[in-house]
Amino acid sequence: MITIDALTKRYGGFTAVDGIGFTARAGRVTGFLGPNGAGKSTTMRIMVGLTAPTSGSVTIGGRRFSDLPNPGLEVGVLLDASAQHAGRTGREILAIAQRTMGVPASRIRAMTDLVSLTDAEADRRVGNYSLGMRQRLGIATALIGDPEVLILDEPANGLDPAGIRWMRDLLRGYADRGGTVLLSSHLLHEIEVIADDIVMIGNGRIVSQGTKAELLRGAGTIARAADLGELERALGAWGLAVSRSGDGALRADADPTVVGMVALKAGIALTELRPAEGAGLEEMFLALTADTQREGAVA
Amino acid sequence: MTTIDLTPIAPEQLREPRPAVRRVPLSRLTQVELRKMFDTRSGFWLMAGIVIAALVAAGAVIAFGREGELTYSTFAKIIRIPIAVILPMIAILSITGEWSQRSGLTTFTLVPHRGRVILAKAISSVAVGVVSMLLVFAIGALGNVVGSAVTGAPLVWDVSLTLGLYFVLGNVLSLLIGFMLGVLIRASSGAIVAYFVYSGLLPTLFGFLATSQGWFRELQPWVDVQYAQSVLFVFGAPLTGEQWANIGVTGVIWLVVPLVVGVRLAVRSEVK
Repeated sequence: MITIDALTKRYGGFTAVDGIGFTARAGRVTGFLGPNGAGKSTTMRIMVGLTAPTSGSVTIGGRRFSDLPNPGLEVGVLLDASAQHAGRTGREILAIAQRTMGVPASRIRAMTDLVSLTDAEADRRVGNYSLGMRQRLGIATALIGDPEVLILDEPANGLDPAGIRWMRDLLRGYADRGGTVLLSSHLLHEIEVIADDIVMIGNGRIVSQGTKAELLRGAGTIARAADLGELERALGAWGLAVSRSGDGALRADADPTVVGMVALKAGIALTELRPAEGAGLEEMFLALTADTQREGAVA
Repeated sequence: MTTIDLTPIAPEQLREPRPAVRRVPLSRLTQVELRKMFDTRSGFWLMAGIVIAALVAAGAVIAFGREGELTYSTFAKIIRIPIAVILPMIAILSITGEWSQRSGLTTFTLVPHRGRVILAKAISSVAVGVVSMLLVFAIGALGNVVGSAVTGAPLVWDVSLTLGLYFVLGNVLSLLIGFMLGVLIRASSGAIVAYFVYSGLLPTLFGFLATSQGWFRELQPWVDVQYAQSVLFVFGAPLTGEQWANIGVTGVIWLVVPLVVGVRLAVRSEVK
């Protein structure tokens, strides 16, 4: 379990992380979501002691990271897959981690198998690796000590669709066995498909947090009918907030059950009825990114 | 009221109990850091360069040495010249690589006490320095024997154990100056340039000052670290107390103080 309490980091007059507090629980994947420059990486560096916070604290299983006697056995960390000496082979990088932690040398082979690095690939120098291979090697390094907590910064970067699927299954299985997973991403979809809990930050502050189900519940219902105007009036008559979505459907701030009942009573045949998954989250996310969007500035 | 958690747990989901986790010992860190000095192509060639340079230098002494010069101390002095350049580079790169190559992100999360990592690197660098000096003596001895056999000059063993130890100490000190600059600057190119300023430019300036300004001549051994340490390499008389004091004072000014500053900065800096 990772507990972050009132964490703040200031650089001169700039506040990169502003009073962040949340808990990443065991047995769950916690997604740390935010646009580029929101403070995700700074927060993660503070967690593992690479950056000193201005105030606040982070504990992992109740202890500060620097108080862990052999952190590699308790926390697997991947902050930047490219941050490796380009002249070392993948296998050598694993060997250094294995020697430092003092785990059996057989773990190296177990890890290259786990992340599907072939012998030939493992013996190549990391300078010749693709980003996807570096991510796999980074995951292998993080897991070699068989830790209970994983902290991963943008682990899906550079992976192909099959690789993303593999990563998702790996982290899911890891959390199901009781592990704690905290992973960051600037891509909403990536977090949506894997996380149980979501913490969204923007400009160094938490703007939303909760279980995925909670965050998605607020998103309302998408409904379609042959006569949209009639459906809109019927829903409005029941006092439900309704809006037209861009692609010719209605979005109502209500449960699909309620919308279905209203349509039934009004005698309207629905052609589509579903929860508006992620729409609320997506709007929040887009609003967050709007300030920093270059596209917005041009338009 | 107590609640009982009845969530079933499959046997394979239970983690194996782990023996009590102990702190990573310094000896293991030192071994790892020693390994990291050899395991890259550049690291390997720097190490290989020591052996190659020593052999070439020994060959040059035999080929170009004048009569009466083919003594053990000549071999040691000449072989030292290229190695004195390579050794500080090895020490510098062992530190700066963690920042320049960004491998520190892993190193300092596996060991979240940077002072211990820096200490492990210092120990392994000194170990490499001492072994390199033993190599210099071995290749020097070989050169001396071969040289005497080839040229017919008499074999001269003019290095006592004490003078040999001075020689090792002097080389370890210049290696540590490189190490200190690595810790202080934490960027490969910057630290290497700084080392050449330290070992090349500063002594020249001090030398110029000493010849042009009479008042400085007395002061130079207490200020100029290269000048103070140069007595360690001459294979002359045993050092006097004042010469030891010169080495100590300049060592504090030019090595210990900046090293302490550098370690404090490195421990606090942000690793990105």
